[in-house]
Amino acid sequence: MKASIRKIAVFLEETRTEMGRKVDPPTRRAAAVAVIENPCAGKYVEDLSELMTIGEELGELLTQRAVAALGITPSTAESYGKAAAVGENGEIEHAAAILHPKLGAPVRKVLGKGAALIPSSKKRGGLGVPLDIPLGHKDAAFVRSHFDGMEVRISDAPRANEIMVAVAVTDSGRPLARVGGLTKDQIKGEDGLR
Amino acid sequence: MPEVAVRKKLTAVEEIFHEGGPVATSPLRRAVALAVIHNPYAGGYIADIAGFMDDLKPLGLEMARSLVAALGGTASVVEGYGKGAIVGSAGELEHGALWHVPGGYAMREVLGGAKAIVASTKKVGGPGTRLDVPITHINASYVRSHFDAIEVGIADAPRADEILLALVMTTGARVHARVGGLKASEIKGEDGLR
Repeated sequence: MKASIRKIAVFLEETRTEMGRKVDPPTRRAAAVAVIENPCAGKYVEDLSELMTIGEELGELLTQRAVAALGITPSTAESYGKAAAVGENGEIEHAAAILHPKLGAPVRKVLGKGAALIPSSKKRGGLGVPLDIPLGHKDAAFVRSHFDGMEVRISDAPRANEIMVAVAVTDSGRPLARVGGLTKDQIKGEDGLR
Repeated sequence: MPEVAVRKKLTAVEEIFHEGGPVATSPLRRAVALAVIHNPYAGGYIADIAGFMDDLKPLGLEMARSLVAALGGTASVVEGYGKGAIVGSAGELEHGALWHVPGGYAMREVLGGAKAIVASTKKVGGPGTRLDVPITHINASYVRSHFDAIEVGIADAPRADEILLALVMTTGARVHARVGGLKASEIKGEDGLR
């Protein structure tokens, strides 16, 4: 593995009631986060291909970890998202290099499908910075019940020369979703949007 | 007896490979189980609350078992533990104290006779409040390599009428422990201290 991983954290959240109403079945979402050394920290590096390769490795590893935490058959995952937080000696472009060129393909490979864009967010920050991972339906970005976000944080990361990389996977949408829009049973699944 | 109403649960596992020093042969794993429950005593002073401790026992056992499962499924890998609670703003600190007995009982039950007192902390706080849950060796409180803590919290909890309950377990010493003191290999195991 090209990435030098200091730690991996996996979060599994299960919502059983909301505003006193039972959520049945409970909504569940998982996020797997790797804290890695940033090989480009502290200097300007023109060619970011090393980070792109790291993104590819982490796309597979973190998706596998998130699916394992949910305990589901990968193909039954419903929404996904990704995010990265770069420590203070790195550039926001380092997060972009990890997230955008190569991370998505292995995510989709693990899940079996994933026609929709993987929503993403990125930031630069210090230790304990919260990362809000945007979530969207994996096969149709317009499914409104699945627009969501999951906050994760690790109190001792990212250090100055590190990057936190996160992949989130769910088996459901928001608890008690009721603001209309495209529903998951209406997905055509041709263009990744509807 | 009030029923224990769980709104959401979160489990998180950290795997620590190194912290700038030699990579551990087997990574340190730290697991957290959180449950957000309705506080049946929120909103006013109620003198008699102690019965709720019994009500919390099944939830404690469920959380303790989920920690062992998250760490690989075998209780024998667990070497450190701790517990904590965050009481929402309409409750009092004493409501957090209700967790001492069922939280500790559950972990001892699942670990099969751990001897040391379970380190704990608690506070009153709003949604997103973070709690540094202390961790010590399960059989001897003075084992210096196992003194640790893990920060926990959930962005939307506890609400005013809720309590966030936490149990944590670890599989070993701090990843680069080297400040001396009683070692795990030197435990006598008679008094839970040394």
